[in-house]
Amino acid sequence: MRRIAIAAAATVSVVVLLFSYRTSTDQTPVAATGRPAGGAQPSRTTSPPPAANPSATTGTTGDGTFTGDAADTRYGPVQVRITVAGGRITAADAIDYPQESGRDVRINTEAVPELNQETLQAQSAQIDTVSGATYTSEGYQQSLQSAIDQAHR
Amino acid sequence: MTTASRRSWTRAVMGTQASLHLRGRRIDSDPAVEPAVAAVFGGLRCADELFSTYRPDSQVSALRRGRLPRARRHPWLVEVLALCEEARDRTEGYFDAWLPGGFDPSGLVKGWAAEKAAEHLAGLCGFDHYLNVGGDITARVGVTTAPPWRVAVEDPTDKTAFLAILELRTGGVATSGTAARGHHIVDPHTGAHPGDLLAVTVTGPTLLWADVFATAAFARGGDDVETWVATRAPGYEVATLARAP
Repeated sequence: MRRIAIAAAATVSVVVLLFSYRTSTDQTPVAATGRPAGGAQPSRTTSPPPAANPSATTGTTGDGTFTGDAADTRYGPVQVRITVAGGRITAADAIDYPQESGRDVRINTEAVPELNQETLQAQSAQIDTVSGATYTSEGYQQSLQSAIDQAHR
Repeated sequence: MTTASRRSWTRAVMGTQASLHLRGRRIDSDPAVEPAVAAVFGGLRCADELFSTYRPDSQVSALRRGRLPRARRHPWLVEVLALCEEARDRTEGYFDAWLPGGFDPSGLVKGWAAEKAAEHLAGLCGFDHYLNVGGDITARVGVTTAPPWRVAVEDPTDKTAFLAILELRTGGVATSGTAARGHHIVDPHTGAHPGDLLAVTVTGPTLLWADVFATAAFARGGDDVETWVATRAPGYEVATLARAP
């Protein structure tokens, strides 16, 4: 419990970047969008965890519990299960994760409680998909995406 | 508000998973949906067969062996070769498909192929889509009243949390990161593995160039990397950045 409390204290800051590109008739990156061009402080808005976000949830076809495909990683399979209610993820659990070697145990004990906790924080918004570097994810991105896929199958 | 139905399709392709989501009221009744979806995955498969460096029978493998006369080059390969040159120029060489080990356009092909495949959805009316190929996303929200897609960006520091949630209507989101499975990006100027960034996510009008600039920004690094992307690629932006501690 203590670890979870610590994880909760170290709240993941959720940055919401609103952007709306014109329908892309531009196929090259020279398309000017008139957005401020970054600089030391790029344009982005930090908002409270988007539980306060009034954005409507469309489609509740995805309600239920969904288990992502196990994603193979260097350390073994990672498998994520989510519970969706009203289009929002209300629980996310790693139901399978590597636990063979000492290194795996370390990953397991360090990462999994935070994984469950922090995903819960991030999910107070509706999430449609997950972006991550293919090689950093160690399977979590893949399995979470897979669970989201199954919620809409 | 009318409920928009949503469906997903997934396939293993290009050494990773591709997920296609469609949203629209006529998702279960429009007969054009399934053929369009099949065409999307067919396009991804074709690209894989042409460009895979793992398939000995691919055009890229033949090119790497020096056994592909110009006349036999597929039009897609001709297009990708030109894009790789353009990408090298635009990124000041930080994206470079001509590696010491041979020509490898993988860093560009995934985004390019996803976008090209998603063009098969252009004929559908009244649908929004996103296509996520191994964590890189091309999306379109064609229904003006529909909400944006919400894209969670994985946090590379513990692989378990999100750095951000981005709202995406039309365009691309690409993330490049350090290689937990071994460094797979090198700085082409030095041959060294970049050190100061853990992951960088670039957004913009196309996934092709978001992907190229995510790769290049990761290889380049530096305190001014956000400005560098905005300057080299107007309309594109570093949306999230994770620096090594």
